[in-house]
Amino acid sequence: KSSVQTIGEEQIQNPYTELLVLKGHQDIVRFLVQIDDCRFASAGDDGIVFLWNAQTGEKLFELHGHTHKITAIAPFSSSDVSEEKTHLIITASADRTVIVWDCTSGRQVQKVSCFHSTVKCLTVLQRLDVWLSGGSDLCVWNRKLDLLCKTSHLTDAGISALVELPKNCVAAAVGKELIIFRLSASNNGSEGWNVLEVKRLVDHQDNILSLVSVNDLTFATGSHIGELIVWDALDWTKQASECNFWDSSVHPDVQPEIKLSQSPNETSVQHLASDEECVFAAVGKGIYVYNLQMKRVIACQRTAHDSSVLHIEKLPNRQLISCSEDGSVRIWELREKQQLPAEPVPTGFFNMWGFGRANKQANQAAKKMQENTPMYFLELVGDLIGHSSAVQMFLYFGELGLATCSADHLIILWKDGERESSLRSLTLFQKLAHNGDLQLKL
Amino acid sequence: MISAPDVVAFTREEELEDDLYREPPLPEEYSVPLFPFAGQGANPWAKVAGSKFTRDFILISEFSEQVGPQPLLTIPDDAKVSGTFDLNYFSLRIMSVDYQASFVGHPPGSAYPKLNFVEDSKVVLGDSKEGAFAYVHHLTLYDLEARGFVRPFCMAYISADEHKIMQQFQELSAEFSKASECLKTGNRKAFANELEKKLKDLDYTRTVLHNETEVQKKANDKGYYTTQAIEKANELASVEKLIIEHQDLLRQIRSYPYRKLKESEFHPYEPECALDRADPGCDQHPAPSDPAEPGETHLYTHIPSYTPKLIKAKSAKCFDKKLKTLEELCDVYFFTQTLDQLHHIERTFRGDVCYLLTEQISRALLKQQSVTNFLFEDVSFLDEKPPEKQYRGCQGLDQDAMDGKCLEESLTPKVVISLGSYKSSVECVPIKMEQEMEDSEEPKMSESVTSEPQENLDYLDADIKGSISSGESIEVLGTEKSGSGLTKSESQASLPVIPSPQAGRSKVGSRRTVSEDSIEVLSTCPSESLIPEDFKASYPSAINEEPYVDNDDERGLRFAPRLSAGVADEQDDISKQESLVQVDAACCIGKESPNFLEPLPELGQKLCEEDGVVRIPPQPYRPAEQGLRGGFPSHDGVPGGLLPYELDSRYLSGSREVSKSSLDECSDSTSYISSAASTCSDRTPSPAHPACQATERHRKRAGQNALRFIRQYPFAHPAIYSLLSGRTLVVLGEDEAMVKKLVTALSIFVPNCGVYAKPVKHWVTSPLHLVDFQKWKLIGLQRTVSPAGVNVLHALSRYSRYLSILDADSKTLRCPLYKGTVVARLADHRTQIKRGSTYYMHVQSILTQLCSKAFLFTFCHHLHLPISEREPEESVVNRRMNFLKLQLGLANEDVKIVQYLAELLKLHYIQEPGQGGNPLLRFDYVPSFLYKI
Repeated sequence: KSSVQTIGEEQIQNPYTELLVLKGHQDIVRFLVQIDDCRFASAGDDGIVFLWNAQTGEKLFELHGHTHKITAIAPFSSSDVSEEKTHLIITASADRTVIVWDCTSGRQVQKVSCFHSTVKCLTVLQRLDVWLSGGSDLCVWNRKLDLLCKTSHLTDAGISALVELPKNCVAAAVGKELIIFRLSASNNGSEGWNVLEVKRLVDHQDNILSLVSVNDLTFATGSHIGELIVWDALDWTKQASECNFWDSSVHPDVQPEIKLSQSPNETSVQHLASDEECVFAAVGKGIYVYNLQMKRVIACQRTAHDSSVLHIEKLPNRQLISCSEDGSVRIWELREKQQLPAEPVPTGFFNMWGFGRANKQANQAAKKMQENTPMYFLELVGDLIGHSSAVQMFLYFGELGLATCSADHLIILWKDGERESSLRSLTLFQKLAHNGDLQLKL
Repeated sequence: MISAPDVVAFTREEELEDDLYREPPLPEEYSVPLFPFAGQGANPWAKVAGSKFTRDFILISEFSEQVGPQPLLTIPDDAKVSGTFDLNYFSLRIMSVDYQASFVGHPPGSAYPKLNFVEDSKVVLGDSKEGAFAYVHHLTLYDLEARGFVRPFCMAYISADEHKIMQQFQELSAEFSKASECLKTGNRKAFANELEKKLKDLDYTRTVLHNETEVQKKANDKGYYTTQAIEKANELASVEKLIIEHQDLLRQIRSYPYRKLKESEFHPYEPECALDRADPGCDQHPAPSDPAEPGETHLYTHIPSYTPKLIKAKSAKCFDKKLKTLEELCDVYFFTQTLDQLHHIERTFRGDVCYLLTEQISRALLKQQSVTNFLFEDVSFLDEKPPEKQYRGCQGLDQDAMDGKCLEESLTPKVVISLGSYKSSVECVPIKMEQEMEDSEEPKMSESVTSEPQENLDYLDADIKGSISSGESIEVLGTEKSGSGLTKSESQASLPVIPSPQAGRSKVGSRRTVSEDSIEVLSTCPSESLIPEDFKASYPSAINEEPYVDNDDERGLRFAPRLSAGVADEQDDISKQESLVQVDAACCIGKESPNFLEPLPELGQKLCEEDGVVRIPPQPYRPAEQGLRGGFPSHDGVPGGLLPYELDSRYLSGSREVSKSSLDECSDSTSYISSAASTCSDRTPSPAHPACQATERHRKRAGQNALRFIRQYPFAHPAIYSLLSGRTLVVLGEDEAMVKKLVTALSIFVPNCGVYAKPVKHWVTSPLHLVDFQKWKLIGLQRTVSPAGVNVLHALSRYSRYLSILDADSKTLRCPLYKGTVVARLADHRTQIKRGSTYYMHVQSILTQLCSKAFLFTFCHHLHLPISEREPEESVVNRRMNFLKLQLGLANEDVKIVQYLAELLKLHYIQEPGQGGNPLLRFDYVPSFLYKI
């Protein structure tokens, strides 16, 4: 019997009652990036980049240039006051090239193919107007695609993740290590930059899978065996760590069978997201909310999905969206637990299984664990079922809806049916007025 | 089982029986046909006289210069169709009324024979003896070997129903003109080819003769010419004359298209089109018969390979030579096209005239509803171009047969009625009444009185130009030109007797006449010949001579045996007859739905009187008023399209109420007619519009299956609700036939998403995916026990929130709850409707209501957008819901149906043409329930 919470077919709070299937990709779609308010790009293993209109689902451009699968994609928009805003996207591929595309014209701006290894991550430092590519070494480029500087060969495995830190620093995840680089202007030219390795942090026991910048002062990393470390962004010291997500001792009401099935896969930190207060971690099949101030997990959903959670995102309205290899997308709401002193209230997930029934034993246990028990819980408010295979990633467009991409080669745009309906009415009456059909014909 | 309408029918007949017996005693034979068939749902408007053929057919005959009038072929080419009908006799009849001035030969003052490009003539004639009425289309074809180079032919549409011919005259005329033009174009082509060959022959002959003359000259040094030499010289001279003549003919025949080009949009055939036969419009029907040999094709198309022959100076005797057949007279491509067109005509006009008219009316009305009509109408029904445009190849060609006026009218199904004709027919009303009074004392069987719609008078009045009286009492009632172009003044000028009661009365009488040899010609040709003056002169006397009373008996006697034949036929062909509209069904629909939103109040009132019997047959749709209307159907616009009903105050008072509009009269006519129609029904196997013929059968079957479905499955309502609200319904089952049957049944409830094919997939064996639910709203799915079947079921359960699942094997349905009322009306398992096509129509009518509600909902501005900028969204939502619930009277889930239809309307309207638009899937998060039998 699956222990995954289900919500059933009646989902009052789920706003997504209309969907559009965007077809075009011929292989797994792995990346979605937002370009501006109503456009996004998708890329995946077929090496093609598509630009879409998020409102209509219209395919704007089909960008061909890569011969292998795309490994990284980053938007790069210039905000020159004088010029019009230009939107570029940078894509890196397993064919060891990086291409810069113009999103307005749909053309390839430039192509770099001098890499020795596949570029696995791309980061744009808007402040410095440069971008970085991370493969087996770290390269710094300017807008014109001049190579400004590069590090020496780091490892064969290469950099798996990059994050920008204050004071012109970047953190790069290389295997188990976290390396801090600093960019400094070179002495001999205005355009020149040097990149220096500042520090190596070796606190993780396993490969670092996820890296997220929380705020100006902190960033967080997650590793394959379930370690979550929160770092100080200025002096790169460990602020806190949580490495026992799976440890039932932390959570009093964990079922034994979950403990039995522990394996590294089940505890790996696949993805991290954050707002100012919390870090949201996708760990194995579960999702966890780690509060930075309290330095502990305040809410969790141990088996949020049937299989690994691949991507997680916090929405402005206290909602959380997660997508998983099981092909579903779930919407959660972080709710404060109503702590009634006399009555023990179990965590959100487990209440449906009848735990914490008001028997004496549970009552005592609850009291005992009062301090450790999260004060919040995650409630499932909706799920989106459409993809027939793993949902790799999603992109939240606010009012326009939600785009999800999947291993079934599809992108689905989920929309608020009510809103779309009234938008269509608006269009309808605009068209009527335009056609002059509103006038009475006698 | 005796169902309600049957009971109604019986009670009505009992009353009628009583009424009848209160009448003066009737001869025994008249009471026989009144009862047995009233409940069978035959149509009350069919007026079929005794005829010897089983259904309408097209006859092509020729006035051969050798053997006189002879039938050439019939369409359909089936001996059973014409039955015992004497084709030879009828050919004689129809060929005897050709008025065209087909003068060909040497006109005075011209050195060479001149080809006369004669316009076709169109005549309606009736032969009461044969029980046949015909639209006759005369045309001439060119034949080099024929006398005067012309061969007169005619195509006739022969029907037992006079009204059909009269009411469909314009349509018939337009369609036959196309066929005729096609044939004539092919003929000109063939004639030109023939001329070319002949010229080659002549040229060759001249060369030969010339050589011979030279040889003789050389051999002959005596200084004088031998007789032989003179003969040769004469021969040579005559050959040269022939050459010049033929060249002139060739020039004339070739100049034809250019002459025509100057006139209204005449588009001659592209020659390559004729060669490769690529024209898609013309090739849509497989050529039913291609009598031309391949060798002939070769002969025609590859002229250069022709080897000239020597031509004997003396031509063969007239009766020695074998005249060319029709196939030989025409280019093979065009001949096939013509046959196709004729088959098309036959299919188009098959069936009872009331079906044709209803079809035309609903088609014309639907065309106006351009915003909503895509939802539930057949794609073919809407996509179908007006018949004028269907045969693109022939399109331009028919123009030259019609002058401006004619052309204008041929575009729309319309009966020629001018203002003047109305006036005069109004004046005729008292006469008509008198006539009926007179008849009501007589046996009720005189059909043309009880059931004769007024517009026949209109025809008469509008079309009357003159009449001829001979021993055979032929009435010529007008020319085609005058028929449409003549207004009151002219017709009255030529017929001063019209306003006088006596003339009108005798006219009516004459029409009902069953005299041995009466031929009624009601409309004729546009050619300059017109009617000889003496015809007109003799008109009044002809009418006065009409002996019409004594024949009524004969007709009544003839009537009875045919009816009993009809019973047997009907019982045999019950399945075949499903297509027949059950008239009383219309009434039971009305009873089942008291809160029926009446779209045409005036119309409805006039059509159905208090007993719910539809008394007035459908009238031809007259779109002359169309220009007055905007693109949107309005309440005013719809009855406006049905001009006849508006004018029917005259109609009703004139022919119904005044003429003793008591029940007996009415039911008499209905009962008689229904019985007559039952005979008629086997003669009309499928009353169908051409393009919709397959659809018609499909409708019938779908309607029948749907009926079975709603009777068999108690959970039909939620299933239908799923379809109407856009939730994909999957019919799951092992047996393909059963699943497909269910899918067919349910398909009539599926709204179209666009102008494409219905979103219905009859049979799928692979697991379903989300994309499928976007495309299809009704899917038949195979259930298998194999591992693949597990995937199929897995996919079903995964996407269950988007689906309703009807398990055909275990007879369960899993779908959301339905508590509305619309579907209950749509699919009442206790419905009295028995026929598939009737049920289909019932469904269509309710769906049309839904469409109109959706239309109102969609296009009410304030229901969707705030009135003022400050108005909060909630108040708009409230207004919207109030409108749906209070104004439109929708309950519970019915709201969702209309909302879904409105969404489709919006999408359809805002979609840019040419842009496919992303199909989107709308859904609700609502719980499903499992229904079991």
